[in-house]
Amino acid sequence: MPSLKELSKKEELISRGHRLCPGCGAGIIVRQVLLATDVPVVAGCATGCLEVATTIYPYTAWKIPWIHSAFENVAATISGVETAYRALKKKGKIDKDIRFIAFGGDGGTYDIGIQSLSGAIERGHRMLYICYDNEAYMNTGIQRSSASPMGCHTTTTPPGKAIPQGKSENRKDLTQIIAAHHIPYVAQACPAFHMDLIRKVQKALSVDGPSFINILSPCPRGWRYPANKTIEIAKLAVLTGFWPLYEVENGKYRITYKPRKRRPLREFLEAQGRFKHLLREENKQFLERLEREVEEREREIFAKAGEQI
Amino acid sequence: MARIEALTGDEVAAEAMRQINPDVVAAYPITPQTEIVQNFSQFVADGKVDTEMIRVESEHSAMSACVGAASAGARAMTATSANGLALMWEILYIAASYRLPIVMSVVNRALSGPINIHCDHSDSMGARDSGWIQIYSENCQEIYDNLIQAVKIGENKKLLLPVMVCFDGFIISHGTERVELLEDEVVRKFIGEFKPDYPLLDVDHPLTYGPLDLFDYYFEHKRQQIEAIDKAPDIIEQVGRDYGRISGRTYGLLEEFNLEKSDLVIIVTGSTAGTAKATILELKEQGIDVGILKIRVFRPFPYQQIKEALKGKVAVAVMDRSASFGALGGPIFTEVRSALYEEDKKPLVVNYIYGLGGRETTVEHIKKVAHDLLNIKKTGKVENLVNYLGVRE
Repeated sequence: MPSLKELSKKEELISRGHRLCPGCGAGIIVRQVLLATDVPVVAGCATGCLEVATTIYPYTAWKIPWIHSAFENVAATISGVETAYRALKKKGKIDKDIRFIAFGGDGGTYDIGIQSLSGAIERGHRMLYICYDNEAYMNTGIQRSSASPMGCHTTTTPPGKAIPQGKSENRKDLTQIIAAHHIPYVAQACPAFHMDLIRKVQKALSVDGPSFINILSPCPRGWRYPANKTIEIAKLAVLTGFWPLYEVENGKYRITYKPRKRRPLREFLEAQGRFKHLLREENKQFLERLEREVEEREREIFAKAGEQI
Repeated sequence: MARIEALTGDEVAAEAMRQINPDVVAAYPITPQTEIVQNFSQFVADGKVDTEMIRVESEHSAMSACVGAASAGARAMTATSANGLALMWEILYIAASYRLPIVMSVVNRALSGPINIHCDHSDSMGARDSGWIQIYSENCQEIYDNLIQAVKIGENKKLLLPVMVCFDGFIISHGTERVELLEDEVVRKFIGEFKPDYPLLDVDHPLTYGPLDLFDYYFEHKRQQIEAIDKAPDIIEQVGRDYGRISGRTYGLLEEFNLEKSDLVIIVTGSTAGTAKATILELKEQGIDVGILKIRVFRPFPYQQIKEALKGKVAVAVMDRSASFGALGGPIFTEVRSALYEEDKKPLVVNYIYGLGGRETTVEHIKKVAHDLLNIKKTGKVENLVNYLGVRE
């Protein structure tokens, strides 16, 4: 594992000048993921913020081979690229060692792309799928996805008189759904814990089979916070238990970062405008519901790793 | 030496794929295409091909994986029918606009709903504007010949376009016929090696495939795509002639049958062309001459060649095995009529919608069309522009 100092000297594989918003978690995540690679990489992107902001023709921010075809199919597309690689390598037409990474947002992964992803990892392609989870459809303007937490404001779940809580349903636990495929490596990561993230990407790329990392990707526009707070908020997500950092390696769970003292969820929520309504006295019951849900999910993961929160 | 075998349409499609030996096949089963996937899977299991096969979880992923594989630099193939093709819809356009020469068998089947598993052309006709080249096959022999030619057509550097080889579900896909097969080596030499200029896997020359293309460039890219498919007729004809040299069977955009003998013409595509030819021979014995113009290539539409072929004709019946809801007749009819618009002397043109959902089309139906044509010639009038064959009123 190289040190941060060594990593800082590595060539960046995604260039500056892309058009992601200031403070966008996705750009930070891609940078960290690509820093973790040391063999040639081919990347794919689902339609979404990352794709539209990094490849506006005739420009591209990607210094590696990159493909986008549609919203719901990055896993299938990359599975085709990876299969072509095996076919051509077998025939001696390629001699290099190449790794494959698919990037999708939560819309492209939790929702519209879940079938394509499930199919691809069940088939065992050697590919790493990275979900940058910003918890809503940010590219189209902050609509709810199945990754949006209960109680958040999105433009399709606005809090109102009849529905004061905003989004009524709990988020889907995608990382656990992927873990249920029993693939060699599954993890949750966060850009505020960059060495943890990079280590996970390296592990994922080293396994001979499919791997998946779900990475929380704070979004200043959608989460309603100042652009310079991304890493701070990402960190709070982990410290409050909202986003536990763990990995599942060949079925074995391990908590990769255990906060010394669990901070109250409120601290994570208060830092963002999307939960503003939830913190009002009259919506206390919804706040408590979210707190219970977050704690239950965290407890469940910790138990699988043989630990307690 | 050519081999002669008795094979179904699906079997011969799989056999052509075995000889083509693509790098990647990504496919999902659907009736009546399933036997292609099954037979090809056996070839893979028996080590008779070098192909890496992806047994995807849907047709959407089948086409997506083909897009990935072909972009990577592999020769990629798939096969589907009806709802499977419909599920691929979004990615069909992407395959064509990325200029990926994927070859796909489309075993024609009626689109739902209601669900129906039998033949009509509503599936591939619906995909006519997706940018794919479409070749229709009359019988098992043509499936084989068309698939091999399709590889060479699509991969031509002037085109780089995906190709659908269409054939009628059950009627041909499950009908056993005599087929002449070429030697493996002859096929492989004919199609050559696929050497794309810009493979994604060339990591030393990284490329971005599929960027966001807005109002400032998208239009020019579409224009290039239009101009590319416009070049296809010459290349299809050239490949058809080259194929004739190795097989004795030469192909063009259209096929004429008894056309010179008559000023009455039936335009038809797919397996019904065979029924029509048999009917014409029967009518000939009764002293009635009607010509057949079979459309082999529907995309790009051979309007020039159709115009030429119909010069001096008096009445033309266009047969459509699909409906275009709300349009003036079926898709072949509207395009044939449009092709004739500038002609000073136009034939009278009449449309027949037939065989939807696998409804049988018999010699008697074709005879009715022939007699209608005789009547149109006699009266100089088309009573109903759009007619239905074999439907209960």
